[in-house]
Amino acid sequence: MTTQTPSKPAPSEPGLLAQSVASFGKGLIDVVSTIGGVVTLAFDVARWSVRRPFRLQNLFAQLDFVGVGSIFIVGLTGLFTGMVFALQTSEAFALFDAESLVGPTVALTLTRELAAVFSALMVTMRAGSAMCTELGTMRVTEQVDALETMAVNPVQYLLVPRILAGLFMVPMLTILFSTAGMTGAYFVAVGGLGISPGTFLTRTQQWLEPVDIYEGVIKGAVFGVSVALICCYKGFNASGGAKGVGQATTEAMVASALSIFILDFIVGIVMH
Amino acid sequence: MIDIVDLHKTFGENKVLTGINLSVPAGSTCVILGGSGSGKTVLMKHMIGLLHPDSGKVIIDGEDIVPMGVDDLQRVRNKFGMVFQAAALFDSMTVFENVAFPLREHTRLSEDELYAKVRSKLDLMGLKREVESKFPADLSGGMRKRVGLARAVVLDPKIVLYDEPTTGLDPITTDYVDEMILAAQQGLGVTSVVISHDISSAFNVGDQIAFLSKGVIVAHGTPEELRESQHPAVKVFLETWFGKN
Repeated sequence: MTTQTPSKPAPSEPGLLAQSVASFGKGLIDVVSTIGGVVTLAFDVARWSVRRPFRLQNLFAQLDFVGVGSIFIVGLTGLFTGMVFALQTSEAFALFDAESLVGPTVALTLTRELAAVFSALMVTMRAGSAMCTELGTMRVTEQVDALETMAVNPVQYLLVPRILAGLFMVPMLTILFSTAGMTGAYFVAVGGLGISPGTFLTRTQQWLEPVDIYEGVIKGAVFGVSVALICCYKGFNASGGAKGVGQATTEAMVASALSIFILDFIVGIVMH
Repeated sequence: MIDIVDLHKTFGENKVLTGINLSVPAGSTCVILGGSGSGKTVLMKHMIGLLHPDSGKVIIDGEDIVPMGVDDLQRVRNKFGMVFQAAALFDSMTVFENVAFPLREHTRLSEDELYAKVRSKLDLMGLKREVESKFPADLSGGMRKRVGLARAVVLDPKIVLYDEPTTGLDPITTDYVDEMILAAQQGLGVTSVVISHDISSAFNVGDQIAFLSKGVIVAHGTPEELRESQHPAVKVFLETWFGKN
C-alpha cells in the first residue's frame, strides 16, 4: 500500500483588493514623504537665506529667469484669459441686461483667483520644469557633490535664489496677468460688445477693492514659494540618471499643479 | 592624516562597508583597489563627509568628522580637493570659471591674481589658453578629467581624493593623468587617495595600496607587499594583470 503526501499548495498571488490597498498605501507614503521633505527643505532654505554670503548674483539671475523670462507668456495668457472671460460673461449678463457688470466680474475673478493660479501654472511649466531638470542633472552628474566638496552649501548656492525668485516674481507676474487680462477684457467689452468705456471703468472701480488685489498678490507669493520648493525638492533628490531626472520632473509638475489648487482653496478660506 | 576606524555603512539591505580600518599618512599616495561595486566610492565619500556612516570614525588631521555639524564640516572640507569619476564640472560655466570657482568662493584675490592662479593650474595640466572659454560639453573625456584635476588643486589643498581618475581614458591619457597625480604629490606635497580598479595605474602612482573586498580592507601595504599577498581575492584580481605565478 502506498501513501501519498498531499502536495504543498503553491503560494497564492495577492488578490486584486490586496494589490489595490498596497498600491494606495505606497502612494500615500510617497505623498507624506514628499510633504515632509518639502517642509524640511523649506526650513533649510529659510535658515540658509539669512546666512552670509548673500549670493546676489545668483538671486538676480533667477529673478531674471523666473520673472523677466515669464513676462511674455504670462502677459499673453492674461490677455486672452481676460478677452475670453469678457466674451463669455457678456453673453450671460446680456440675458438680464446687466452687461455693465462684465468689467467688475472679470476684475474680481482675475485679481482674486485666476491671475495667481494661471501665473503660477505658467511659471511651473516654464521655470519650474527647468529648475527641476537642471538640479536633477546636477545631482546625477555629481555636480551637487562637487559643490559640497568645495565647502559650498548647495542649499544656499542653488536653492535659496530659486525659492526667493518664486516668492518675489510670481506676485509680480500675478499683477501683470491681471493688468493684461483687464486690458483684454476692456477691448472685447468696449470695442467688440459695445459697452461704454465709462460704464466699464466706473463699475470696475466701484466693485474692485484693494483687498482683492492683495489677495491675489498673497496667493501668488504662496504659490510661487510652493512651486519653487516642490520643483527644487524633486530635482535635488533625483537619482537614476536621465530616466530618474525625467521621472522627477513629471512628479514635480503634477505635485506643483496640485499644490496650487489645494493652496488656493486653503488661502481662500483663511482670507475670507 | 586620514584614519578610518571600524567604518560601517549599509544601504537598505545592502551592507557595503563592514568594518573598514585604514590609515593614510601625510604626503603619501594611497590607492584603494577593488572590483566594481566593492564600495570604493562609498568609502571615499565618507572621507570628505558626503556620506554619514552607520558607525565608525573618520579622522582627518586628528578630528573625527562623523559627529561634526555643517560649519565644522565645511572647515575640514577646505583641506580637500576632489576629482570625480566623470569630472563633475559645472556645465553652465566655462573651463576658466570652473577652475576659478573655488578661488572666488574662498579667497579675495583680484581678477589679475585669480587669472594668474587659474592659468598656472591649467598650464600644469597641459591645457592651452584656447580651452579656457570652452564649456565642459565641448571637451573630450581626458580634457574634462584634467580640468577637474586643475579645479581640485587650485586652492593647493592638503588632501586630494581621486575617484577612478583613469576610467574610460586611452592609455596615453591614462599615463598623463598618472603623471599629474604624481606631480601633485611630489610638486605640491599633497596627500592623495586614489580609488581605482586599474591595476597598472595603481602600481604606477601608489606608494601604498589597500585592497577592498566585500566591505573590508583585506590587504594593505606597499605595491610589492600587495603583490606578495596570499589573500584569494587579491591574488585573483592581480592575476588578471600580472598573470599566474
